[in-house]
Amino acid sequence: MTSSLMFNVTTFAYLISMLLFFAFLASKSKIVGLGGSLVAYVGFIAQTVAIGLRWNESYVQGHGHAPLSNLYESVVFFSWTIILIFGILDMKYKYRIIGAFVIPFALLGMAWAQLSLESNIEPLVPALQSNWLLYHVITCFLGYACFAVACGISIMYLLKIKAESSDSNSAAGSIISSFPSARILDDMNYRAIMIGFPLLTLGIITGAAWANYAWGTYWSWDPKETWSLIVWFVYAAFLHARITRGWVGKRAAWLSIIGFAATIFCYLGVNLFLSGLHSYGGSR
Amino acid sequence: MSTKNNGFLQSLWDFFCSLKLAISLIITLAVTSIFGTIIKQGGTADELQREYSAGVIKLFSALDLFDMYHSWWFITILYLFTVNLTACSIKRLPRVWKLASTPTPILDNGLEKSLTNLYVFTAKGSSPQQLKERMTAFLKANFGDPTVTERDGEIHLFVQKSPYSRLGVYVVHLSIIVVFIGAIMGSLFGYKAYVNIPEGGDIDRVSTRNDKVIPLGFKLRCDKFTVTLYDTGAPKEFRSLLTVVDNGQEVIKQRPTIVNDPLTYKGITFYQSSYGPSGDATIHLTAKARNGAFATPMTLRQGESATLADGSKVQVVESTQEVGPMMPGFSGPAARVEYTPPGKAPQLFVVFKDFPNFDEQRGGAVIFTFDASDAKFFTGLQVAKDPGVGVVWLGCALMVIGICIAFFMSHKRIWIRITGARVVLGGSASKNPAGFGILFDALSEKLKKAENL
Ligand code: HEM
Repeated sequence: MTSSLMFNVTTFAYLISMLLFFAFLASKSKIVGLGGSLVAYVGFIAQTVAIGLRWNESYVQGHGHAPLSNLYESVVFFSWTIILIFGILDMKYKYRIIGAFVIPFALLGMAWAQLSLESNIEPLVPALQSNWLLYHVITCFLGYACFAVACGISIMYLLKIKAESSDSNSAAGSIISSFPSARILDDMNYRAIMIGFPLLTLGIITGAAWANYAWGTYWSWDPKETWSLIVWFVYAAFLHARITRGWVGKRAAWLSIIGFAATIFCYLGVNLFLSGLHSYGGSR
Repeated sequence: MSTKNNGFLQSLWDFFCSLKLAISLIITLAVTSIFGTIIKQGGTADELQREYSAGVIKLFSALDLFDMYHSWWFITILYLFTVNLTACSIKRLPRVWKLASTPTPILDNGLEKSLTNLYVFTAKGSSPQQLKERMTAFLKANFGDPTVTERDGEIHLFVQKSPYSRLGVYVVHLSIIVVFIGAIMGSLFGYKAYVNIPEGGDIDRVSTRNDKVIPLGFKLRCDKFTVTLYDTGAPKEFRSLLTVVDNGQEVIKQRPTIVNDPLTYKGITFYQSSYGPSGDATIHLTAKARNGAFATPMTLRQGESATLADGSKVQVVESTQEVGPMMPGFSGPAARVEYTPPGKAPQLFVVFKDFPNFDEQRGGAVIFTFDASDAKFFTGLQVAKDPGVGVVWLGCALMVIGICIAFFMSHKRIWIRITGARVVLGGSASKNPAGFGILFDALSEKLKKAENL
């Protein structure tokens, strides 16, 4: 059994899970929804095994390190964390339907990684040889995953209130009627961010600690650092906006979507468009 | 309080206490921060000229956009942010402190009306005192030990949990200010510098980016520097052996310093950051007569020369550790040698360490081989002194703790009010009303069962 075989299984499982969730939207059959969740969990287990195997393979190749060191590995891990956070919300709050808007993010990540990213296991350059890499990447990506889930929920929220205001009887209207109520979606959005925000905070702090340990500066306004701060600010604004009246609901949903767009830019855009110290996906 | 001046101060205070200002400032910081990630920061004049037109450079310079995170206007926003944060917290703290520190053991009519979590029943056939006993036992078993207050013929039971969790938000806000204080301490009393030390050499001063020279007060020596590579040619490790000499004493001896494992002495930290060849490598050559008459080993530095037994002169004109970039097709260490037989014109040629037979093909009477070189490197170290770092980490720790308190803990309160046979169970929580609602419903369900209702 190799990690790449298991990653293929994972991608396939997420594809099936997404299709089941779409069928769930249309049919409202509980069994189909349960199937969607179960297949996603199967994929999650396969992915966990695959990540473990890849970790082991790196030791077999002689330069063992955690599989979190290049763009391929980080995208795979991102997709794993998305399913993890979805699983936690699914088990805790039982609004399974949000899977239809969250699984696609995980599938997109896996498909992109599998189809077009360089998947060789590379040895670590000196700058990455640190346990801080582990703490930093894990906390950041868990935070990002919460924001991905919150973004999916916010899209559902916006669709829901649009359908409610136009109060149509179209097919789309009937699909949307199976969403949880707008109030619950709004609350779930807040909850997902409430888990994500401390994780992002930890991610920024561990990053700063690492930078201080490796270079002697905990903050150097490198583009990636700055963008993570921007993301942090957006969600801080979101949290404060909820306290003042009138900023729940639609505006909160938009802030959550903007926050996730900023997150994705921080994760990928910075490497593709800007230059800096962080090496994921860069040309270095 | 009614003078104009006070009115102005009052409105200034109100302005800084506003949460709307906070959201605006946070969003402004987010948006303006973007500029600095798009516009090149801290480039030299040459770099800027290559990337931008003269007009753009003039405009951006006027707005400090090439060093915006240290510009007056960005710093001003940060100060406004801090004042806003402080004012907002000062204004709200007393009220919240009171809510946290003074229990409200009485469930009066006003409070009862304001609660969304209520359960009311009538307990026939029990005296108020019996009810009190039963309800106290119930709360003790299911939520917590209540305080009992009897007033105006009514009995009130009250239990609360984690009242001080209300202060979590203020811990978060305080932590931001602590981080700022740490950052300011670092910029006032610390410095960032760099230094290059050749192998075997030592230094006692470092230079900052603006070429200010700072004496260390001790000596730092680099005994050895090594680079190791992976099979792929990618770097695996940069390692300097550093020795600290303070007052003539070797206080730290040959401490290996690698990337991600810096050396700290007297609050000054040295980080492995770069390396390079340090001019004077010594090269071991052998000059061998083709007819076997002699084989003379020699050790030369760049520019040095030696004289062979037959009176010819050998000089190493230049040398390199890696010839590939200069001579495609070759690799490894190489030296350019000038060989002058007595009374003849000098000959100039290159010898390669990795191609030992190469010089034979030159066809000369004397064949040179490049046996070894003692390559010397210099190690490049970043140097930082930052007495504010500890304060920054303290702020970060406070922030994480504060956020966890603010998000995941809640001041929960449960009351029972007994008026004759009427019993009211009421509850409130400072956070997560939905979660508390579930807890409260479970509690009232239990009470219902216990009372056989
Ligand atoms: C100008 C700066 C800021 C001001 C004036 C401000 C003000 C406030 C106020 C008035 C509250 C409500 C407190 C209450 O419920 O009694 C609050 C809540 C909060 N603030 Fe700030 N704040 C600022 C910046 C920040 C930042 C940068 C963070 C980032 C960590 C932050 C984290 C929080 C958190 C976590 C809460 C609780 C939110 C919730 O309960 O959902 N604040 N802030």
